[in-house]
Amino acid sequence: MCPIKSLDELKALRDKLKTDIDVREAGEAEGNIKVIVGMATCGIAAGARETMLAMLEEINKLGIKNVTIVQSGCMGSCYAEPTVELRFPGQEPILYGNVNSEKGREIVTKHIKDGELVQNLIIGRPFETV
Amino acid sequence: MSKYRMHLLVCGGTGCKASDSDGIISNLEKHIKEHGLENEVQVVTTGCFGFCEKGPIVKVHPDNVFYIEVKPEDAEEIVKEHLVKGRVVNRLLYVEPTLQERVGQHKDMAFYKKQIRIALRNCGFISPEDINEYISVEGYQALGKVLTEMSPEEVIELVKKSGLRGRGGGGFPTGIKWEAARKTASEDKYIICNADEGDPGAFMDRSILEGDPHSVLEAMAIAGYATGAKEGFIYIRAEYPLAIHRLQIAITQAREFGLLGKDILGTGFDFDLDIRYGAGAFVCGEETALIHSIEGDRGEPTNKPPFPAQSGLWKKPTSVNNVETFANIPPIILKGAEWFSAIGTEKSKGTKVFALAGKVNNVGLVEVPMGITLREIIFDIGGGIKDDRKFKSVQTGGPSGGCLTEENLDTPIDYETLASIGSMMGSGGMIVMDEDDCMVNVAKFYLEFTVDESCGKCTPCRVGNKRLHEILTRITEGKGTMKDLEVLKELGEAIKDTALCGLGQTSPNPVLSTMKYFWDEYVEHVKDKKCRAGVCTSLLSYYIIAEKCIGCTACARVCPVKCIKGEVKKPHEIDQSKCIKCGACYTACKFKAIEKR
Ligand SMILES: Cc1cc2nc3c(=O)[nH]c(=O)nc-3n(C[C@H](O)[C@H](O)[C@H](O)COP(=O)(O)O)c2cc1C
Ligand code: SF4
Ligand code: SF4
Repeated sequence: MCPIKSLDELKALRDKLKTDIDVREAGEAEGNIKVIVGMATCGIAAGARETMLAMLEEINKLGIKNVTIVQSGCMGSCYAEPTVELRFPGQEPILYGNVNSEKGREIVTKHIKDGELVQNLIIGRPFETV
Repeated sequence: MSKYRMHLLVCGGTGCKASDSDGIISNLEKHIKEHGLENEVQVVTTGCFGFCEKGPIVKVHPDNVFYIEVKPEDAEEIVKEHLVKGRVVNRLLYVEPTLQERVGQHKDMAFYKKQIRIALRNCGFISPEDINEYISVEGYQALGKVLTEMSPEEVIELVKKSGLRGRGGGGFPTGIKWEAARKTASEDKYIICNADEGDPGAFMDRSILEGDPHSVLEAMAIAGYATGAKEGFIYIRAEYPLAIHRLQIAITQAREFGLLGKDILGTGFDFDLDIRYGAGAFVCGEETALIHSIEGDRGEPTNKPPFPAQSGLWKKPTSVNNVETFANIPPIILKGAEWFSAIGTEKSKGTKVFALAGKVNNVGLVEVPMGITLREIIFDIGGGIKDDRKFKSVQTGGPSGGCLTEENLDTPIDYETLASIGSMMGSGGMIVMDEDDCMVNVAKFYLEFTVDESCGKCTPCRVGNKRLHEILTRITEGKGTMKDLEVLKELGEAIKDTALCGLGQTSPNPVLSTMKYFWDEYVEHVKDKKCRAGVCTSLLSYYIIAEKCIGCTACARVCPVKCIKGEVKKPHEIDQSKCIKCGACYTACKFKAIEKR
């Protein structure tokens, strides 16, 4: 590491590093977009892990912030695994099914980035949770 | 977004390390590898979370799940269930005693609800061994701001306006101290960080240094800029190996990054610092004694004035500040004086870190706004008294402080109110006592400590405290007189008025405050030869209650002096003239037939 020569350099370094720990702040923040990947045995067998990694990569590539990726147990839609649920703050959750890596990337670019639903993948609006 | 999808924060403070948090970390890493998650999940060793009672702590982000009392064997389940399948491991969650419910997120825990974390902001959030993590949470931005946008006078003005006062015990306004050092003309000046932390039971400063060492380094450089000092020393007791280790790493990294040393951030400002080790004498925390110790002389205090800000280390102007004081500086610079002074009471601004210990349910490190009541700390944050016993007293300020009672519980605490009720803020030790604690004995305990730690330079402290201790010992042995109580009071006041340094000037506080609030108990010891808490063994007698005794003979068999007689299946009896009050029979009886009186 060569010395930091100015406050601007320090700020640039901070901005670059900030993304490394934003997962920790996301946990505390309320206003984040939540991506929930179904990762029970069924999901994993259907390739949910690959899907998640692909989405993670795409999110990083596009430099999108305020997204939290969490995994859940079986969401009950085993017929359509891998499933991915998207929750925008204050909106109805959207459930996508049969999301492979490629479709995962599409969801990131279309829905998360541009706010457009990927209609053909939607399998429902998940049940109300109480 | 982070390279890693999930972060596992594991406490690496001294307490949790002692419960093998290293083992947890290595097991977590092993199982993460086995499941091929090493590119998705990062394990981070952090500083203390403060919830030491239930350590070791593991926190999972972004789910924000808080696991307690984790053992190395639990690592596999956390990885398999939570990381792989996304299922929270319920059995490792905290059960909120007030709700009898498991809560996963720390923000739902009463322990954290009333806390505001400024000095501890990064403890349990970043890795203390990686400067990059500190930089990512605005680290060294305050130093950068000060060096590029503010004059030293403006920095001092800002700190003065914030209302920050020294957290080392005295409560002296930090900005005024810096100003005094700035105004004393001298080629060389010094900044000293006081990390001696000698109060028994206190571990605030240690936790900050272990959890967030860079914040102290950054603040010392800021203090250097404000006062005109180019060199600093951290005086730390050698008994803090982990804190020292992390400080050394932090200093090396800060130098590599050009944040310590020559021409910091290209501004032409030079500042560097070094560590000095103390042998762990309480009096060496007193600033003049500390300075002599760094100079290589005996760690004995000298009279003030001159104050260190005028003539300190090697007779040069020196600002001595406490670890926690320093940890508050970067946020004050970045967020402003108004932000800070909005927290707290009229004369005491901001927060204070307390090491909560004794008979409370949640022992740990808490940071609370000034003006909170003792009741909120002990009953809300601390979760009340252990085993549903009755609260009796709380001791604040360590050996220099006093014992407070039930009636003080609702006093909003700050420097002034604590002093006015006969105790003090001190450095932040807080020990809770219940009805099983004898107040005379507590006073004796603290006096024992001061007698041991007195440097012996001045007579009131060297001889006076010894006399106080002798009288207290007599009282606990049932040999005290009412005259003794008078002497205790008179002598205590005299020591306070005449001792040379803060150690002696405050050492009678535990005696005087317990005499003030628990006078009855002193009188009972003297007149009735009784100790109601059952602590002072010489005043106790063991009796067998005939109605409850079934004659099992257990007590007679354990009695080392064979003074318990009785036939099998008939009530037994203790021969008081031979009994040595060892208490063996009391523990042996399964039928609660033996009583201490
Ligand atoms: C006997 C005695 C012990 C002390 N121990 C400490 C200590 O361990 N840590 C500390 O910061 N200040 C301690 N002090 C207070 C220091 O003398 C000094 O006031 C303080 O370090 C100044 O820093 P502050 O203004 O930031 O509180 C002690 C004072 C006395 C009289
Ligand atoms: S008060 Fe006690 S510790 Fe302080 S100088 Fe006197 S003898 Fe030493
Ligand atoms: S142990 Fe208890 S019950 Fe048994 S003989 Fe002694 S006093 Fe009686």
